Amino acid sequence: MARIELNEIAHSYLHNPKGDSDYAIKRIHNVWEDGGAYALLGPSGCGKTTLLNIISGLVTPSKGRVMYDGKDVTKLPPEKRNIAQVFQFPVLYDTMTVFDNLAFPLRNRGVEQTEVTKRVHEVAEILDLTPFLEKKAAGLAADAKQKISLGRGLVRSDVAAILFDEPLTVIDPHLKWHLRRKLKEIHEQLKLTLIYVTHDQMEALTFADKVVVMLEGEIVQIGTPQDLFENPEHTFVGYFIGSPGMNFLTCTLEGNMAQVDGAKITLDEKTAALGRKAQGKLEVGIRPMYLEVSPVPVENGVPAEVKAVEDQGSHKIAVLMLAGKTLQAMLPEGKPVPEKKVWLVFPSQWTRLFADGRLIKQKE
Amino acid sequence: MGIVLNSVSKKVGSETHINDVSLELEIGTTNVLLGHTLAGKTSLLRLMAGLDRPTSGRILVDGKDVTGVSVRKRSVAMVYQQFVNYPSLTIYKNIASPLKMSGMSKSEIDRKVRKTAAMLHIEDLLERLPSELSGGQQQRTAIARSLVKDADLLLLDEPLVNLDYKLREELRLELQDIFKQREAIVVYTTTEPAEALMLGGNIVVMDEGRILQTGPTPDVYHNPATLKVAQVFSDPPINYLNGTVQADKARLAKDIEIPLDGHLRSVPPGNYIFGVRSNHLFLSKVAKEDAEIRVKIELAEINGSETFIHVNHGDYRLVVQEDGIHPLRIGSEIAIYVNPCCFFVYDEAGALVASPSRVSIQKRV
Repeated sequence: MARIELNEIAHSYLHNPKGDSDYAIKRIHNVWEDGGAYALLGPSGCGKTTLLNIISGLVTPSKGRVMYDGKDVTKLPPEKRNIAQVFQFPVLYDTMTVFDNLAFPLRNRGVEQTEVTKRVHEVAEILDLTPFLEKKAAGLAADAKQKISLGRGLVRSDVAAILFDEPLTVIDPHLKWHLRRKLKEIHEQLKLTLIYVTHDQMEALTFADKVVVMLEGEIVQIGTPQDLFENPEHTFVGYFIGSPGMNFLTCTLEGNMAQVDGAKITLDEKTAALGRKAQGKLEVGIRPMYLEVSPVPVENGVPAEVKAVEDQGSHKIAVLMLAGKTLQAMLPEGKPVPEKKVWLVFPSQWTRLFADGRLIKQKE
Repeated sequence: MGIVLNSVSKKVGSETHINDVSLELEIGTTNVLLGHTLAGKTSLLRLMAGLDRPTSGRILVDGKDVTGVSVRKRSVAMVYQQFVNYPSLTIYKNIASPLKMSGMSKSEIDRKVRKTAAMLHIEDLLERLPSELSGGQQQRTAIARSLVKDADLLLLDEPLVNLDYKLREELRLELQDIFKQREAIVVYTTTEPAEALMLGGNIVVMDEGRILQTGPTPDVYHNPATLKVAQVFSDPPINYLNGTVQADKARLAKDIEIPLDGHLRSVPPGNYIFGVRSNHLFLSKVAKEDAEIRVKIELAEINGSETFIHVNHGDYRLVVQEDGIHPLRIGSEIAIYVNPCCFFVYDEAGALVASPSRVSIQKRV
């Protein structure tokens, strides 16, 4: 097991990178704790696979150092780093039995036969592969094959970390949750360092204790699923996490009020005070779940128009117009559906303020 | 104007892809074909388009039999799952391609291409090639091409399935507006209940090549006529518990007792299947009549703004859908709650006996 440290990492696929835009990874400096379950989440092209490949050793970064337990491994290839990798498509030997596939990494390292048998049986038990041990890998379903790929990583007792690159891509939707569950169990049992790359928020948030959200070659937030939902530190996180994403309104500040084209939204005093000192473009943000919709005028209510109400089955989404901007609010089931004019309440504990995309908050 | 399918079947070798389907769709309507993978949705679209010929039955457009008429002679546009564009043509030429044979003037074509491109927000990309665009932009191009010629029949086969979820959200919203403005029969296939509900209109629920139920989309959602429809039209799949209705109460699973109030009052004694959607199971007691179910947690799946908690109650597997983020430990034992007024009741053959929104339900013929 290992603690992985990325020290001032930057990477460009070009020979002579010039500006920032030539870098797939701009600057990353952080620590991946021993035994943590991490997800690397972001849209296509954000650099998450490049970062995973830097951690595994498939890519040597243009700048910075990669440390495993304090030891510099920047120049070491993957096979010298004691890591295991699970890719989108299962990588295994179709003509070998499941047992031989699982035993392969151990036999390769000259591990004794009795130890090989013991480890393979342990891992097969964890992954529910015991009934298939004597079967050829070729005939198995995609989810069983993907479990074998994972097993080939788990079987080594010295493995420093297991890295996953979109491992559930080829799995049928209704089987995915079984594998997600298996991964969580394995993490609880074995306390391995796991790093999981995906563009799917459900996979990332279900799997990880800590989710690392990336955008354009940078990390914009590292947090628990709850942090990302309740306290997005960047407008991108607010938008990307949650369906629908967070609402944003460009505003100016006047006292404790955020002004949006004449409409006034009350902020809590601390946020407003910090906001008055902030530079750049100010935006108010609130999750559709926390935006309250009232059919009658209420205290601190901001008047808005109802554009549409969408029935999503479990709840309704109201599409609202406020000062020419579109907002979405989640309406709990059973609540009357507003007709035309409504008053919106922005509860101050759920209303966030952003300056140039970054959350305005008290320094810790 | 309308399209009528009259006892249409399609067999390929020994397999039946479409089994005796009769359907009538009118101009100016949005129609969603909902079903699991391999339910026959794509096969049905291809028959409507004229890409395939039915093995038996007739297809009428405007009352005229078009069963054997080729797709080229019909007023049809289709969008596929994969982003199908001409790779060597610019986005402009891709969108203009269906108009080339129409004898339309150049200036008219130009006006239509630009208007349609603007509707799909790709008006600044017209000089690029498809390979220079993102997946979402490529699919926007394919959709624009299907809209440009004002076809009477607009068919979309899971057009958003290969896009990531943020793009899907955006396009779903835009498509709703676009469909509303069309004077066409729009037919849209999907496997996702949420997508079907957002598009609204009418729904055709399919399974194994047959039509299970049709009607206005929200009506069918709230009154699934059979257990199978409820399964297809619920995501996560609907939860169910076997139960026995006695004189004054119902007993579900082993030891859950509920009173026979509201819509349950009219259910005669006997054995039933009680179905409840995941969003009607809760982690805490909401109302005093809520029944408690003791469960063990299998997994908490988090999708960003909601948590899906997979649990076991004896041999029953249930899923609870809660707003917000609820990280729960695998293996812990908790209580979940359900309000008896949320149960759908099905007889042992799977036909709806009582549903929460309507006290009496006419059995489907």
